[in-house]
Amino acid sequence: MTEGPLLEFRDVAIAYATRGGEVPVIPALSFRMDAGEAMGLVGESGCGKSTVALSIVRYLGRAGRLVRGRILFEGRDLATLDAAELRAVRGRRIAMVYQDPMASLNPVMTVGRQLMEVPMIHEGVGAAAAHDRAIEMLREVRLADPAAVMTRYPHQLSGGQQQRIVIAMALIAEPALLVMDEPTTGLDVTVEAAVLDLVRELRRRRRTAILFISHNLGTVVRVCDRIGVMYRGELVEEGSVRQIFTDPRHPYTRGLLDCLPALGRDKRHAPLVPIPGQLEPALARPPGCGFAARCVHVDRARCTSAPIPLRPRDGARGHRVACVRAAELAPWTRRRPEGTAADAARASDPVISTRGLGKLYHPRSGPFGAGRAPVRALRDVDVVAGRGRTLAVVGESGCGKSTLAKVLAGIEVATEGHVVLDGAEIGGLGVDRRSRALRRKLQMVFQNPESTLNPSHTVGYAIGRALRRLRDGAPADPGAGVARLLEIVKLAPELARRKPRQLSGGEKQRVAIARALAGDPDVIVADEPVSALDVSVQATIVNLLAELQAARGTTLVFISHDLAVVRYLADHVAVMYLGAIVEFGRVASVFAPPYHPYTEALLSAVPVPDPDRQYARILLEGPVPRASEALRGCPFASRCPRKVGAVCDDTPPPVHRLGGDHRIACHIPAGELATLQTALVEPSREER
Amino acid sequence: MSAPATAEVLSVSPPATSRRRARDLWRGVARVGESRPATVGVLIILFWLAVAALAPLLAPYPPNASDLAALAHPTPSRAHWLGTDHLGRDLLSRLAWGARPVLVIAPLAVLGATALGCLLGLAAGYHRRWIDLVLTRACDIVLSFPVIILYMIILTHFGSSAWNIVGVLTLTKAPIIARIVRGLTLELREREYVAAAKMRGESALYIMLVEILPNARGPLLVDMCLRTGYNIIIIGVLGFLGIGLPPPDPDWGGMVKDTYGMMSVWPHMALVPCAAISSLVIGFNLLAVGLRELGLRD
Repeated sequence: MTEGPLLEFRDVAIAYATRGGEVPVIPALSFRMDAGEAMGLVGESGCGKSTVALSIVRYLGRAGRLVRGRILFEGRDLATLDAAELRAVRGRRIAMVYQDPMASLNPVMTVGRQLMEVPMIHEGVGAAAAHDRAIEMLREVRLADPAAVMTRYPHQLSGGQQQRIVIAMALIAEPALLVMDEPTTGLDVTVEAAVLDLVRELRRRRRTAILFISHNLGTVVRVCDRIGVMYRGELVEEGSVRQIFTDPRHPYTRGLLDCLPALGRDKRHAPLVPIPGQLEPALARPPGCGFAARCVHVDRARCTSAPIPLRPRDGARGHRVACVRAAELAPWTRRRPEGTAADAARASDPVISTRGLGKLYHPRSGPFGAGRAPVRALRDVDVVAGRGRTLAVVGESGCGKSTLAKVLAGIEVATEGHVVLDGAEIGGLGVDRRSRALRRKLQMVFQNPESTLNPSHTVGYAIGRALRRLRDGAPADPGAGVARLLEIVKLAPELARRKPRQLSGGEKQRVAIARALAGDPDVIVADEPVSALDVSVQATIVNLLAELQAARGTTLVFISHDLAVVRYLADHVAVMYLGAIVEFGRVASVFAPPYHPYTEALLSAVPVPDPDRQYARILLEGPVPRASEALRGCPFASRCPRKVGAVCDDTPPPVHRLGGDHRIACHIPAGELATLQTALVEPSREER
Repeated sequence: MSAPATAEVLSVSPPATSRRRARDLWRGVARVGESRPATVGVLIILFWLAVAALAPLLAPYPPNASDLAALAHPTPSRAHWLGTDHLGRDLLSRLAWGARPVLVIAPLAVLGATALGCLLGLAAGYHRRWIDLVLTRACDIVLSFPVIILYMIILTHFGSSAWNIVGVLTLTKAPIIARIVRGLTLELREREYVAAAKMRGESALYIMLVEILPNARGPLLVDMCLRTGYNIIIIGVLGFLGIGLPPPDPDWGGMVKDTYGMMSVWPHMALVPCAAISSLVIGFNLLAVGLRELGLRD
C-alpha cells in the first residue's frame, strides 16, 4: 500500500442534471481519511452525504457528474479507472452497507450462497474454501448457529440479522474501506445498539477504515474517531469526536447537538432547540456561508459576502471549521436538566384508560392451508392517561404498541377488556360505529409522513375536509379555518395550495397534526410520529406537540420506540413487550432503578450523544418471539438477561406496586432489582 | 348508503379554482412532450383523429360510390391515390370514413369498461370478504370464456351495431380493469390517509372514490391506452369475421375481409386498411409506453 491517506477528496464538486438544469449538490469538498480510521459524516437529509458515499464507488448514475476535483483512493484517481479495475476496487477494496438490508440482499438466493459469491468471484476461491470463509464471517458478526443461517433466505431473517449478513458480505473480502450509509436507520434501538457495537468491535479487530454516514450524532459517537459535519454539500466542521462534542465551533454543529433528545432531558427542564428553518434546495446558492439563513449567530456583513473556507483552528489539531465567527462564539455547554421534576408529579384526572384490554388476531387460513395459531397482540393491558398529560408507550417493533394505538383509535376493535374515554366505554366500538362527538374527541397522528397525506389532495383540502367532518355546522369560511390550523402548527397559509409531494417530511407531519386538531380533540393518539424524521426535524415536531399540549390541554398517547424522545415528552410511560405491559409509571420512576429487566435493556441501548458517557450495553439475544396464545409465564422470559429460572417460563410474574402508580411485573423482588441495577440516566442536578 | 351521504360524496371538489385546475391539467398534458414515445404516439393518434374529423373534406369520393372505370386498373393512380377495392370504391375515401367508427367505438368501450371495472375492483378490494369472492369469481368466469366465441354468440343474437359492439367490449374488458383496480385498492386501502379518513367518519363510497381511486389513476391511464389499442384490433377482427359494423359503410376490418381473397393479385386492397389499423394501435401503444415512463419518473 502506498503511503499517505487511504481516501482523499480534493476539491470535489458534483452536480446532478435535473429538468430544471444542473444542480450543484456538492460545490466543493475536501477531506481525507487514513487507513484504519473511522470517520463519521453527519448532516440532515439532503445535505449531500449519500452523494459522497456514491461518488466514492462511482455510482452517481446517469444524472450525476463529477464537475471538478479528484477522488483519490490508495493514491489512485478513481475517475481514471477502467471498468475492470473499478470492479476490482468495488468488490475487494471498498465495500458498501446501505440503509435497507432487504434491498441489498437477493431474495431468491440463500444468504450463504450470496456470502460465498464474494470470495469466489473476486478471489477465485473454491466453493469449499468460500463456504468456510462465510461460516467464519457469520461467526464474526455474532450470528448464532452460522451453519443454519447459511441455508436461509433473506426473508426468513429479522431486520437485525439481515443487516449483520450485509455487513458480513461487505467484510468478507477484507476491504480497506467500508462505507456505511445510515446502516442503523429504521432498526429498533436495541438492534441498532447491537449493530453499532458490532461495527465498533469488528473495526478494532480488523483495522478496516469506516466512513459512517448518519443524520444522528448520537449513533456516530459510538463508532467513529473523527466527525465531519456537512451542510448543503460542504463540510462546515471537522474534528475528533471529542472536539466536536465538547467544543463545537460551527453554529450548525451546535444546532445538531442541541436538538438531540437525550435520556437526561425532558420538556419542562431542558427543551430541545430545533434549528430554525429548513434545509433549502441546492439550486439557489447564496454567496458566503450556506447556513447563514438559519444561523442564530449570523453577522450579515461578514457571513454572506465571500465564500468561507474550512480553516484549521489554532491550538486544536485536526479541528477545522468553516465559520468566520468560530473563534468569537461563547464556549458551548451541553444542556442539562435544571429544576426539579415536582410539577410533573401533579395529579390529573384520567381521560382515557384501559382495563384488561386484549386483542387476539386469528390469521386467516387460505383455502388449502391449515389454520395458523392465533396471535396475541395485546394481553391484559391496563394504562391510564391523565388530562393534558402524555402517556408514552414504548417497546421494540412487534411488541403490540401500534395495535394498542389502533384499538384506542377504533381502527381495530379489542377482543376483550375495556377502553374508557371520559367515562364512556369505547373498547368494542370500531371507528365506523363511533358517534361524531366521540370521533372528534379522539384523533390520531400516523407514523409515515409519506403515506399520512393523500398524494392526490392539496393540504387545504385535507384539512378543510377534516374541519367539515368534525366541526358542528358548516364553517362560514373554510379557508380561514384551514389557515388558522396551519398557523397553529407553524406553517404558512400558502401551503394550503400545495400537494404533499411539494412538502418536506416534517411539513407533512405538521399538516397531519393540523388535520388531527381540526375537531379540537381531547385526546391525540400519535403512533411513532417522529420516527421517520431527521433528528433536527424531529425536535421541531416534538416541541410542537409539547406546545400544543400546554396550550390546549390535549392528552397525548405517544407511541414510540425512542426512549430519549419518550423521556423528553412523557409524563407516564408504559413499557410493552409481546403485548403485555411489563412496567408502568411516572416517567421519572420508570427511568430510574428499579427497572424491569426489559426496560433496563432498552435504556442501555439508547445512543448517548456524549463521548464521555458511553455505558456498557445489555444486549438482548435473539429476535422477539411470536406472541402465541400458549405463553404461560413472563413474556420476556426467553430473552431476559436476569432470568431467575423455570418459574419465569411457567408462572405469570407478580406485579410489584411501588410508590405512586409505578408497577413492575417481574419475578425478581423490586428491592433486589434496585440493588442489581445502576442508574442509566444521569440524575438531575437536584437529585445529585 | 343513505341519500345525503351520496350527495355529499358527489359534491366533493377540492378547493381549487377552475382556472387553476385547467392550468394543472394543461401542465399534465404538456408533460407528454417530455417522453419521445408518448410524443410520437400522440402525433399518430392526432393524425387519425384529424383524418376522421375531416373525412368529408379529405375524401375525394363518397365512400360507397363505385368507379366502374377504375375496376380494370384498381391500383393507385392519379384519380385514386390509394387505388380502389374490388367494387371500384376509392380506398382513400373509405379509409378516411372508416376511421370514424373505430375512433368512437374503441375509446367509448374503454371508458365503459374502465367505469364498470373501477366500480367492481374498488368494491372487491375495499370490502374484501364475500363481495370480493363473488366479484372476482364472476370476473374469472368471464375471462375464462373464449372471447371470440362470446362475441359471436352475443353479436349474432342481438345483432351487430355500434352500440352492441361497445357493450360487448365493455363487458369483456371490465373484468381485466377490475382486477387491476382491485390489486391497487388492496394496497392503497392500507395507507394511513385511508385510516385518517375513517377516523373522521367518512363513508365507504367516499373513501373508495375520493381517497383511493385518484391514486390509482397512473396505472389505470396506461392501461386505458393499451386497452384502446387492443379494442381497435378487436373491432378489426369483428369486421373481418363479418360480425362488425353492417355493410356497406366502410369499416377497416370489413375492408380487409372483402378483399383478402384478392391478396395475390391486388394486395393493396387488404394491406391499406391493415396498415391503418396497425398504425393506430402502435400510436396508442407508444402513448402507453410513454405514460408509464413519465409515471416512473416522478
